[in-house]
Amino acid sequence: MSGLKKGSIAVVGAAESDLGLVAQHTTPVDLMAQATMRALDDCGLKLKDIDGLFVAATQVRMGPMSLAEYLRIKPKVFDGTQIGGSSFMTHVAHAQMAIQLGLCEVAVIAYGSTQRSVSRAAASPREFNPYETPYRPILPISAYAMAAARHMHQYGTKREHLAEVAVAARKWALLNPKAWEKEPLTIEQVINARMVSYPFTVRDCCLVVDGGGAIVLTSVAKAKTLKKKPVYVLGIGETLSHANISSLPDFTVTGASVSGAQAFKMAGIKPKDVNMLSLYDAFTINPILFLEDLGFCPKGEGGRFVSGGAIAPGGKLAVNTSGGGLSYCHPGMYGLLVMIEAIRQVRGECGDRQVKNCDVALAHGNGGVLSSQCTVIFGSENTL
Amino acid sequence: MTDLTKQSPLGVYVEHLNKGELAYQFSKDDNKAFFYPRAIAPESGSENIEWRVSKGLGTVYTTTVVYYKGEQPLNVAMIDMDEGYRLMSRVEDIAAEQVKIGMRVKFKVHPGDDKALPYPVFTPAGDAK
Repeated sequence: MSGLKKGSIAVVGAAESDLGLVAQHTTPVDLMAQATMRALDDCGLKLKDIDGLFVAATQVRMGPMSLAEYLRIKPKVFDGTQIGGSSFMTHVAHAQMAIQLGLCEVAVIAYGSTQRSVSRAAASPREFNPYETPYRPILPISAYAMAAARHMHQYGTKREHLAEVAVAARKWALLNPKAWEKEPLTIEQVINARMVSYPFTVRDCCLVVDGGGAIVLTSVAKAKTLKKKPVYVLGIGETLSHANISSLPDFTVTGASVSGAQAFKMAGIKPKDVNMLSLYDAFTINPILFLEDLGFCPKGEGGRFVSGGAIAPGGKLAVNTSGGGLSYCHPGMYGLLVMIEAIRQVRGECGDRQVKNCDVALAHGNGGVLSSQCTVIFGSENTL
Repeated sequence: MTDLTKQSPLGVYVEHLNKGELAYQFSKDDNKAFFYPRAIAPESGSENIEWRVSKGLGTVYTTTVVYYKGEQPLNVAMIDMDEGYRLMSRVEDIAAEQVKIGMRVKFKVHPGDDKALPYPVFTPAGDAK
């Protein structure tokens, strides 16, 4: 049988670097290295055990080389695929290929950013596009804003629905000691905040903070010998639909409809089997689009689905329990932290925000301007 | 056939804008218009491409208003052209907040300057068919 196999690899280590605002002159690779060691400590492995290295970052053009140099390791397999915030989900797929084929045994995926310290403009300069740049959209915000505007027009989604997403994220964040935001937030405060790109106020937009993370993946055989219970990769799906927002055919449908279906097929499960979702919430429209496209509600119903605190603590579906990119941490390419929260939920390490009996967690990554969509489904041993 | 040592897709597009025209490409093998300008047609990879001049009428597909500090609100919109392609642009001559999805718009050239190439913008076209 060919292709990626359900449960053929497992996550054994997961950690954030320091988050928030780091000291002056800290580099993105400092954060990657710190997170890598914490993730190794989490599973009891050493630097010399790493033989696969996967890195993407906006401030480090050739990530695998920079991190390998810093750590003085010589990985046999390496990959720097850069498709924005979902790069790390793709790295999981590539690590699984390599581990299944026996090309490497211990793969580390790492990320770091100092975008709050050096400014977003410096951390993530945009390419000139003669067909878009002259109009001065604030990218990526305006691209997502136009998706939200179309969704509102086509399906009657309201700004209050968007605000529900931000408020739910904040409620979860208040249960997470590592979250950047510490104060409660109301729907009115979201809607009345400073407008950035209609219909988004600054509270509809993710945080701009420093941070990084790392996860360690290995074969099932090795995973069973390590410190913590393995978290298995049950399913993966990935797709690219465009690079620039002008080339997205339907602004209300994302590639999550493709990546999600692939991941569910590989895992052999359905949305109703998922206990918790970690969705890349760069903007408040994102979870609404992804809940629809991943099959948790019908197309167009996402706004109504999230209303009434449905995705907040105590709601009908646990989404972004860390507080998400909106209220926990968003260091530019947030996809690795999206997975780390899902992994921790399956391990049962989430304290006050822990979802009960969380055997299956879905992590969905988004990159560019709704451009790359990658879904990874994680499960406990019970799900194999 | 595009000889990229002689002529670029963006170069031809800008030549048309300099004449006050919005040009787009049509893939004769696919029987389909496409935008942005390319050396080969997407999907088929065909080089059997025709440059056409748009009639300049389109409909706002989606829109946003961008708020830069210390500036007037700025419109950014996606325009679905009647010939079957889409481009990012801006609707002028009305307040940025008044640009609505479904609004009919017509093309004019923003001339550009020393630093910027000319580019297409739009103005409200009433109920132009």
